[in-house]
Amino acid sequence: MRALSLHLAVLALLLGLHFVLPAYHHANLARIMVLAVFAMGYNIAFGYTGLLSLGHALLLSAGMFGAGLLIQHFGLTAAPALLIGTLAGAAMAAVTGLLALRTTGVSLMIVTLMFAQAGYLTLLYFGAVTGGDEGFPVPAAGRVAFGLNLAAEGPRYLVALGLFAVALMGNLALVRSRFGRVMVAMRENEERSRMLGYNPFAVKLGLMALSGLYAGAAGAFYGVMFGYVGATFATIPYSILPLLYVLLGGAGVTLGPLLGAVLMFYLIDLASSHTTVQLAVTGGALLVLVLFAPKGILGSLRERGLASWLP
Amino acid sequence: MASMILQAEGLKRHFGGLKAVDGVDLALNAGEIHALIGPNGAGKTTLVSLLSGRQVPDAGTIRFDGADITRLPAHERVRRGIGYTFQITAIYAGLSVFDNLALAVQRGHPRDLSGAVTEAAARVGLEALLPQIAGTLSYGHQRLLEIGMGLALHPRLLILDEPTQGFAAGEIEGFMALVRGLVPATTVLLIEHNMDVVMALAERITVLDQGRVLASGLPAEIRANRAVQDAYLGGSHAGD
Repeated sequence: MRALSLHLAVLALLLGLHFVLPAYHHANLARIMVLAVFAMGYNIAFGYTGLLSLGHALLLSAGMFGAGLLIQHFGLTAAPALLIGTLAGAAMAAVTGLLALRTTGVSLMIVTLMFAQAGYLTLLYFGAVTGGDEGFPVPAAGRVAFGLNLAAEGPRYLVALGLFAVALMGNLALVRSRFGRVMVAMRENEERSRMLGYNPFAVKLGLMALSGLYAGAAGAFYGVMFGYVGATFATIPYSILPLLYVLLGGAGVTLGPLLGAVLMFYLIDLASSHTTVQLAVTGGALLVLVLFAPKGILGSLRERGLASWLP
Repeated sequence: MASMILQAEGLKRHFGGLKAVDGVDLALNAGEIHALIGPNGAGKTTLVSLLSGRQVPDAGTIRFDGADITRLPAHERVRRGIGYTFQITAIYAGLSVFDNLALAVQRGHPRDLSGAVTEAAARVGLEALLPQIAGTLSYGHQRLLEIGMGLALHPRLLILDEPTQGFAAGEIEGFMALVRGLVPATTVLLIEHNMDVVMALAERITVLDQGRVLASGLPAEIRANRAVQDAYLGGSHAGD
C-alpha cells in the first residue's frame, strides 16, 4: 500500500511540475522521463534479473530506427510507428538474447557489447537508408499522434509522462507478481531456481525481451518526440548511460532509474556549464557512489532499513 | 512386487580417467525410502546429479514413471516430479523465508499463495520465521528451509542429499519423523552418512563403492555383507 501510494505520488508530482516548471526544465524533464523508461528496462534486466548487458544502445536504436524509418520511408503516422518501434526493441532483444544468453557474467557483457557494435556499424553501412553518421530529422507529419502534436512542448511532456506512468506501473506490477519473484530468483541463485523447475534460459529470455520492449519504446518515443533519429544513439555511451542511471538511483528498485536519470542529467548539465571536462565530474561522482553507496541511493536506503518496503 | 518409479541402467559418468559412476543399476520402488550409502568418493553425489539431471551420463538410461528421461534437462525432471535438495545448502540467502518457500510453492499455482506458503513452512517448523532473511537463519534452520523447499514442490520422488549434515541431535529425530510421514505418497532416495539415520529409516539400501554398486538389499542384509564392511573399513578389493 505504501509502495503504491509512493508511486502514485511521484506520478502526481511529475504532473504538477508540468504546470509550474520553467520552459528549460520542463523540456529537460520530458527528455529525462523518456530516458528513465530506457533505464527502467535496463533495470529489469540488470537490477532485478542480474543480466549485465553492455548493449542496450542496440535496443534503444532498434526502437528509434524502427519508428523513424517507417515514418521517413513509408510515410507512416506516429501512432503505428511508435507501436512497431516499441515491438522492434523487444524483437531485437529476443533475437540477440537467443545467442547472448547462452553466456553469463563477463562473457554476456562482451557478447551484448559486440551485438551493439555490429548494430551501430550496420546503421553506418546502410547510410543511404539510415542517414549514417548524420541521421535524419523526423518529418513533421510523422510527429502527430492521437491528434497531439508531439513537436509542441505541452503535449510532448504529457505524452512522455503517460509513457513513463505506464512503464512505471507495469514495472511495479511485475516486481510484485509471482513471475517477479522468479525474476529475482534468477539473479540470486540460478541453479537453485532450475532445481525448483524453472527454466533459467526461458525466464531470462522473456525478461530480456521485456527489457527490450522498454528500450524500444524509449527509442521510438525519443526519436518521434524530439524529431531526430541518428546512429549516435547506437553508440557505446548509450549502452553505458542506463547502467549509470540505475547504479546511481538504485539497482533493483522501481524508482531508481528515474532518480538516477534526473540526478545524472542535471549533474552533467551543471558540470558542462562550469567546465569542459564534464565527463570527469561524472566519473568522480561515480567513484564516490561506488565507494560509499554501491547499491545506489534508493538501494542504500532500503538496505539500511530506512525504506525496506521499497519494491 | 511393488511398481518401480525410477529405474537406472548402466549409468556411467567419467571425468577424464576418474570413473565417478561406472555402470550403475538402480531401481526404486514407488513409496519406499531407499538409502544410498558408500565411502567418500564412492560416486553418490555424481549418481544423484545424473538422476536429477544436473549432469548428463556418458552412457546408460534413466526411466522415471515409465518414460525415458535420460536426456531431459533438470528443470523438466523437476516438473515431472523429481524433487532435489542440495547437499550444500542452496537457499536464496538474500530473500525472505517466505519468498524462498513461495518460489517452490507457486510452482503448483495455488490460489492462496500465502496460505500455502505458511503450510509449507509449518511442515518444517519455520512458520514463525517467514519474514526473516534466509541468510540470517541459523545453519540448522537453513537446512530445514532447504528441505522445506524440496517438500513444497510435492515431488513424487524426493532426493535428499546428505540432509542431516549439520543437524543437532534433537533435530534429527524431528527430521526422521518428517521423512517417515512422506511415504508412501512420495518415494524418498536418501544419501546419508549417518548410519543410525539410514538404518532407522531405509527400507532398502544400495551401497556404492568406486563408482559401482557393491551391494543392494534390506538393511539387515547390508549390515551382514562382508564386502560392505570391508569397504567401510577401508579394506582393499582391487581388481573388481
